[in-house]
Amino acid sequence: MAETMIDLPPKGGFSFDLCRRNAMLEKNGIALPRFRKTGTTIVGLVYKDGVILGADTRATEGEIVCDKNCEKIHYIAPNIYCCGAGTAADTENVTDMVRSQLELHRYATNRDSRVVTALTMLKTHLFGYRGQVSAALVLGGVDVTGPHLHTVYPHGSTDTLPFATMGSGSLAAMSVFESRYKENMTKEEGMELVAAAICAGIFNDLGSGSNVDLCILTKGEKKAEYLRNYQKPNPRSYVRSKGYDFVKGHTAVLSTKITPLKDHVAIIEGEAMEE
Amino acid sequence: MTGKQPYVGQGLEAPHAFTLMPGPTKHTQYPYVTGTSVLGIKYKDGVLIAADTAASYGSTVRYKSVERLKACGKHCLIGASGEISDFQQILQYVDKLILNDYMWDDGNNLSPKDIHNYLTRIMYNKRNNFDPLWNTLVLGGVKNGEKYLGVVTMIGVQYVDNHVASGFGNHLARPIFRDEWHENLTLEEGIQLLEKALTVLFYRDRSAINKVQVANITEAGINISEPYALKTNWDYNAFKNPTVGAEGSW
Repeated sequence: MAETMIDLPPKGGFSFDLCRRNAMLEKNGIALPRFRKTGTTIVGLVYKDGVILGADTRATEGEIVCDKNCEKIHYIAPNIYCCGAGTAADTENVTDMVRSQLELHRYATNRDSRVVTALTMLKTHLFGYRGQVSAALVLGGVDVTGPHLHTVYPHGSTDTLPFATMGSGSLAAMSVFESRYKENMTKEEGMELVAAAICAGIFNDLGSGSNVDLCILTKGEKKAEYLRNYQKPNPRSYVRSKGYDFVKGHTAVLSTKITPLKDHVAIIEGEAMEE
Repeated sequence: MTGKQPYVGQGLEAPHAFTLMPGPTKHTQYPYVTGTSVLGIKYKDGVLIAADTAASYGSTVRYKSVERLKACGKHCLIGASGEISDFQQILQYVDKLILNDYMWDDGNNLSPKDIHNYLTRIMYNKRNNFDPLWNTLVLGGVKNGEKYLGVVTMIGVQYVDNHVASGFGNHLARPIFRDEWHENLTLEEGIQLLEKALTVLFYRDRSAINKVQVANITEAGINISEPYALKTNWDYNAFKNPTVGAEGSW
């Protein structure tokens, strides 16, 4: 009648063990630390010769803007890029993970990566974590089969679309797309529309702001065109004309202590390390 | 609830004798039959207000021929989103107001600003009694050459602007207005701008239908169009064959 409880190791997927402990802590008055979200506007658009991705650059922690110029367009492969909205850590790590898996896959298969491969890896991972990995992505790229644009939701569902928006500014951006999208746009028209959609998010959504990043992936070109801060529609409104210089004497020095490192560090001869 | 239920005839204290429901009195907690966005813009000669003609009952589109834009007096038009029965009640209030004003027969009538203020008082007062009229009202009018466009919400927030929207319109239509509105829109340009926004709302708001009315308020008077349909485009090649080059994916 022995009660044998074998503690099997978790097989993968999200471990909910800490949730009870977190709930207990919260009940006892300890506040959860706020996580850094990218409250965001991210968009993607398929044009005549490929895909254009766009993103704003504001990262928020609750009501505070913690990063005024962060990068939301992540590299996955030379021909595949991914915009991320949601929890910054989740988008960053999940795209990094897929990037490294895809690179190994490229070495194993000796072929350029396909967008659907990245898509399948992302959705399989997110589905297994039951939506707890809060990453909402716009995945775009060009491979041998053509240009592709997908959206990936935190629970693991995906859509294949000619134009897509995600994040808190998605409605503002989508209103621009829905009213101005045409099939087979040129690269310039596409860039203009994507920038306009991101600007709509920047100016109409509080969770989005600062600058516009673009990434253009074109059929036939090996490398993508990553235009960091393509538009900066929110410059500092006032800059002191005399400039800012902080001459010695601006700050009062209360005490000085100088420790020469020569006495603590021994410099010896040696050979350079093999790289 | 334990204990004897108080009802008439039980010989209980006066307040309880007339309550059939136990517990404190409760008022409106949620709306039932609702209208979606209303859009409004000022243009060169007056004000344009638009709305679709749907009233939803939760997730069903229950009524498809509801007029959510109503003229009030000679100079003013009110459009409402939210609970339709509450809108009908508001129309009664405004009707009485206009009638009383007319009966003074003093050669003057209430301006849109006055009606806006009246509506704000009603909404704010009811909200303070935890018994709100569940609407967001868009009010537009022209009097003595002055164009007026304002909003009152169910909690009594009131403001005026050159272009306004209620509900989903705030997220989908306002960005378009902020980009493309300017002071000297002609009537055609104004209607085009509203139709652009209404089309986006039809694509992206699940409670919107493709049957809309546009009202034009000028110094000369108020004209509410007959309901009509917007042009939509579902023809993109990408929609016909979304997973080309990736058979089996979605």
